[in-house]
Amino acid sequence: MRTKTALTGSSQGVAGVAPAATLGRLRRNPLWAEIIIYSILLVAGVITLLPIVVVFARSLSPSYIIARYPLLLWPRDVTLEAYQYVFQTNTLTRSFWITVFVTVMGTSLNLAFTIPGAFGLSKTHVPGNRILMGIIVFAMLFHAGIVPTYILVNRLGLLNSLWSLIIPVLVSPFNVILMRNYFWSVPLELEDSAKIDGASDFQVLVRIIVPLSKPAIATIGLFYAVSHWNDFFRALFYITDNTKWPLQLLLRSIVINSNFQNMGAVDSGREAFVNPENIKAASIVFATVPILLVYPFLQKYFVKGIMLGAVKG
Amino acid sequence: MSRTKNTFAPVVAVDARASLWKRVVKARSIYLFILPTLLYFLVFSYIPYYGLTIAFKDFRIFSGLAASPWVGLKHFEGMFTSPDFARLVRNTVLISTYRIVFGFPVPILFALLLNEVRHMTYKRVIQTVTYFPNFLSWVVFGGIVLVFIQPTGIVNAVLSELGLPRVNFLTSTRNFVPMLVVTDIIKGFGFGAIIYLAALSGIDSQLYEAAVIDGAGRLKQTWHVTLPGIRPTIVIMFILSLGNVMSAGFDQIFVLYNASVYRVADIIDTYVYRIGLQNARYSLGTAVGMFKGVIGFVLIFVANSIIRRTGEYSLW
Repeated sequence: MRTKTALTGSSQGVAGVAPAATLGRLRRNPLWAEIIIYSILLVAGVITLLPIVVVFARSLSPSYIIARYPLLLWPRDVTLEAYQYVFQTNTLTRSFWITVFVTVMGTSLNLAFTIPGAFGLSKTHVPGNRILMGIIVFAMLFHAGIVPTYILVNRLGLLNSLWSLIIPVLVSPFNVILMRNYFWSVPLELEDSAKIDGASDFQVLVRIIVPLSKPAIATIGLFYAVSHWNDFFRALFYITDNTKWPLQLLLRSIVINSNFQNMGAVDSGREAFVNPENIKAASIVFATVPILLVYPFLQKYFVKGIMLGAVKG
Repeated sequence: MSRTKNTFAPVVAVDARASLWKRVVKARSIYLFILPTLLYFLVFSYIPYYGLTIAFKDFRIFSGLAASPWVGLKHFEGMFTSPDFARLVRNTVLISTYRIVFGFPVPILFALLLNEVRHMTYKRVIQTVTYFPNFLSWVVFGGIVLVFIQPTGIVNAVLSELGLPRVNFLTSTRNFVPMLVVTDIIKGFGFGAIIYLAALSGIDSQLYEAAVIDGAGRLKQTWHVTLPGIRPTIVIMFILSLGNVMSAGFDQIFVLYNASVYRVADIIDTYVYRIGLQNARYSLGTAVGMFKGVIGFVLIFVANSIIRRTGEYSLW
């Protein structure tokens, strides 16, 4: 098990910031090149931002506006009709809370398994460590496939239970390896001195390792949380009862299949006034806002996590 | 002599065993930490390996796996002779190839461009904006994509405004796969650049100084210093993507495809879901899934041994 992997390949890591004052001037591009570079990046930014802006504008606009201005960048004749509809039907809010439950419960259990597991596996001197790691790495590289897993989940009686979205993905081998690598960076002396003071392994983990690994735990917790939040195919496989659908699966039927039946009792009078296009847009915004709210943390810790994997390996 | 040897050897063996046992006992709480994780993998990864025998049986879900009769390679024969299968493999490999050919360079170029930006606020804004779609699910992003590409969508409105013919991206076998590739690039290129930015920040700036002293301009610096500096990262990412050739992106395709584009867009995973789960042809689904798993495993294994041979880094 060679673990000193260096995805960056550079032995220096992130070191070596040079005398920037002199070098900065030497490394500057000619003006025309600067303009081209900044423009290309601007285009890249616009391409990723534009779709989200359009959807947001649509969600706040009445149907005749959407029909008249397909490329709507700013809401006109602002109306909350679509949002009223979305909240009125209750199905989106119900599936929202289902997803919140799966994400919170799932992530807590993920960490409750991954942290001690990675801690135990970081003790390479323990007999059998290589075998145990081998078992996990093999599971990461070879998947039995969709059907055998489905049969197992069925046999365990988890079909149509929200636990089918949590238990089959309790531990990600990739995250175990990432966290184990991080634990190696915690100085052994701290552990040893705690042991001399009579601390048990459990106390070492809880009092020393976990507090010192907060950034890594936050990163990996967010990895897990995002995968729970965005997971839809597990629910597609395991949950046929549409009253138990998580947000993504309900969204799929609304936004992709234009199926509004699942949104519950449709007030026939209202539907005529609301263009499905703005309901779709409002549903998309509804599902995106929570991600947007935690986005600053996501960005910070995901970047850290990638660096963690890249630099420390 | 031989006597001493005979008495000596077992003593060492017993000693080694004793000390191994001692080490095991001493580490018992460590095993306790690993136990839940180990149990999880045994149940959810290794029991499904046993479940692979479904592919060699006529599986009946109500009688259970043990009671289902063995049929040997019947399902594999059916699979390999089916015209569906050739199409699936071709679609899967083709879509993956397009993704690699057109999608793989984009985050690298993007990272190189970002690396040139000295205006930190501008850089941060661009990064913040372009990373974002990565965090959306394919259901949400697919919904956004549909706003643009559906028959009444924005792209077609613009096309007809320009006097160009309308295009149906969702049902046209010619346009569907390019649409997949392009939308996947838009969703992922920003975030994909992070790993290269990390590698770029690790390049020793003395190398640039030396290049400047040697009279290298910006392009030459990029060619002779920057690119060699991130080459190991590029190689690893490339080989990783080769290892993923058999999964051509289930989420995206499943969200966007429909029966009229099965001919070009039906991949192994979507087929296994439709045939294996929806149509409950469990044995065939398992056989096709197993084919994918084995090829995928071989690919990643070969890829890793190539990496090992090229340098000191490896994936595990």
